[in-house]
Amino acid sequence: MKVIYVDNNATTKVAPEVLEAMLPYLKEYYGNPSSMHTFGGKVDRNIKEARTSVASLLGAAPEEIVFTSCGTESDSTAIRAAILSNPDKKHIITTRVEHPAVKNLFEYLSKNGYRVTFVPVDSKGRLDMDYLYKNLTDNTAIVSIMWANNESGVIFPIEEISRAVKERGTVFHTDAVQAVGKIPIDLNKIDVDMLSLSGHKLHGPKGVGALYVRKGTKFSPFLIGGHQESGRRGGTENVASIVGLGKASELAVAYMEEENTRVKQLRDKLESEILKQIPNTIINGDRENRLPNTTNVSFEYVEGESILLMMDEFGICASSGSACTSGSLEPSHVLRAMGVPFTAAHGSIRFSLSIYNTEEEIDFIIEKLPPIIERLREMSPFWQE
Amino acid sequence: MWEYTDKVKDHFLNPRNVGMMENADGVGEVGSLACGDALTLYFELDENEKIKDAKFQTFGCASAIASSSALTEMIKGLTLDEAEKISNENIAEFLGGLPKEKMHCSVMGRDALEKAIANYRGEAEKKVEGEIVCECFGITDLEIDRAVRENSLSTIEDVTNYVKAGGGCGNCHEKIQEIIDSNLGMKHPVKKKAAHLTNIQKIKLVEETLEREIKPVLKKDGGNIELIDVEGNIIFVKLHGTCASCSKSQVTLKHYVESKLQELVTPELVVEEVQL
Repeated sequence: MKVIYVDNNATTKVAPEVLEAMLPYLKEYYGNPSSMHTFGGKVDRNIKEARTSVASLLGAAPEEIVFTSCGTESDSTAIRAAILSNPDKKHIITTRVEHPAVKNLFEYLSKNGYRVTFVPVDSKGRLDMDYLYKNLTDNTAIVSIMWANNESGVIFPIEEISRAVKERGTVFHTDAVQAVGKIPIDLNKIDVDMLSLSGHKLHGPKGVGALYVRKGTKFSPFLIGGHQESGRRGGTENVASIVGLGKASELAVAYMEEENTRVKQLRDKLESEILKQIPNTIINGDRENRLPNTTNVSFEYVEGESILLMMDEFGICASSGSACTSGSLEPSHVLRAMGVPFTAAHGSIRFSLSIYNTEEEIDFIIEKLPPIIERLREMSPFWQE
Repeated sequence: MWEYTDKVKDHFLNPRNVGMMENADGVGEVGSLACGDALTLYFELDENEKIKDAKFQTFGCASAIASSSALTEMIKGLTLDEAEKISNENIAEFLGGLPKEKMHCSVMGRDALEKAIANYRGEAEKKVEGEIVCECFGITDLEIDRAVRENSLSTIEDVTNYVKAGGGCGNCHEKIQEIIDSNLGMKHPVKKKAAHLTNIQKIKLVEETLEREIKPVLKKDGGNIELIDVEGNIIFVKLHGTCASCSKSQVTLKHYVESKLQELVTPELVVEEVQL
């Protein structure tokens, strides 16, 4: 069965060019970049090239990039570094809709001596900026706010936020795992101190991420060890994956326009056809400020896992914010923070596209989905036409 | 992704007996949209009071739909007395097992069946009795106690998997643990504690046991019990409500209250009923 993959906010296909770039480092170029011999030295040069590619994607300088093992490590490193650099400040700010990589760390810190402000969002998933500004104090050690939300796709006004946070002299970190590669980011223009990204969200391999650390930002390593990454992250480099991330960054620059035109049009087509063909359907999130590849749709009176498993029968891969899919019993914290009624949250499906999706695939989903929803609604005790 | 058996997948993708039944003899509704799953079960009886047909409507995940479908197949041809004996474990077994996180789907099936039978028999719908322990999902101590007892659950996670309690904010975890502990205590009574009870300690322990263990059970049948006095090892109690007029009240006393108190307080206790 053909797989129709529209779950790209979960993970992405490794681009063929990326795989090709990586393979030599899993075969012949196995040298340690720290070695003094030419054999290792070559690998060190290739890491430098990858660093330059990642920096170019962000509008950063190569020395501002620290390679890590994943987005979560980047987030943890940034947040802990900010806290350790500001030992007297016992207040930290984030949002109610962060990815667990940030949310759960903040919850942990809230039980370990920190006062945490979780900034709420409105029904469209837009950040309550007044709330953020009101709670920003001289005692705030760090503000960590995601660039774009993984579930709703809503993009936060990072430029505006960073300006306000920096004015107070507070460290600003953004988890840009979902934004990098999907929308243009220029850190020459936007003043963030630290930014996290993850390789496998932009057609790179899993197991590699990066943390951007602006020159001059106080930093302390999370993984203390060798001198790798200029002493900012101990541990022998994951060379093949770093090279892969470098290649993925180059491709992201090359495909940025396509992502924001063709992919966006496919997303819009999928969304408008769903709305047209299926009654009692709601789009979750601010449609004006959204990642070009993401749509989050609630089908009232049906449950998300059932929808996913019926789509799975046709090879269609998506995600749901329903309780049943997560193994927890409550629907997604993001949708709840947005005040999406439980009745709609349980039936929410996220489609997230990539440059590898075709119009035929979208047409196939549009053909298969309405009968699935209809079938499940006929089964539902709450559904009345 | 969940590891569903082929039978679960089959009953999910090809559910049997879907739909409403216009002239059902018994109807049972459980769950809600807010909880993320809900089931309405219908059955129709033949002239011999056997279930001739059953239908369901379900809002929920694959295992909820499969459990509902399985249940309708399982009860067809049974008398109500036979159907009544179906446990959530039986439903899960019929499906070749369910992931542990999905056991609550089978419990939902069992609950709907009980409600439908009660509905047919004209029994007033059992009010939610006992105390709400899990506020997030509205689960009472009695429901948790039953799940723990019937399925030999030993952890909070088990309880969450079976009846959802504790799966939200987590504030009730301590209370759930107490219910688990008291059930474990039933199987392994801690008797040595009983040896050196002062009178005050004994009275206190009797009171606690009545409150925690005995009253909820009696209340379930519309009755209640009141502690009147303690004289040495004789416990004087008064029964209220249906317990007082029930012909089985002596049995209730001897076999339940007394043994419970003997087990959890001290083995020498004797229970006497007083009529005031």
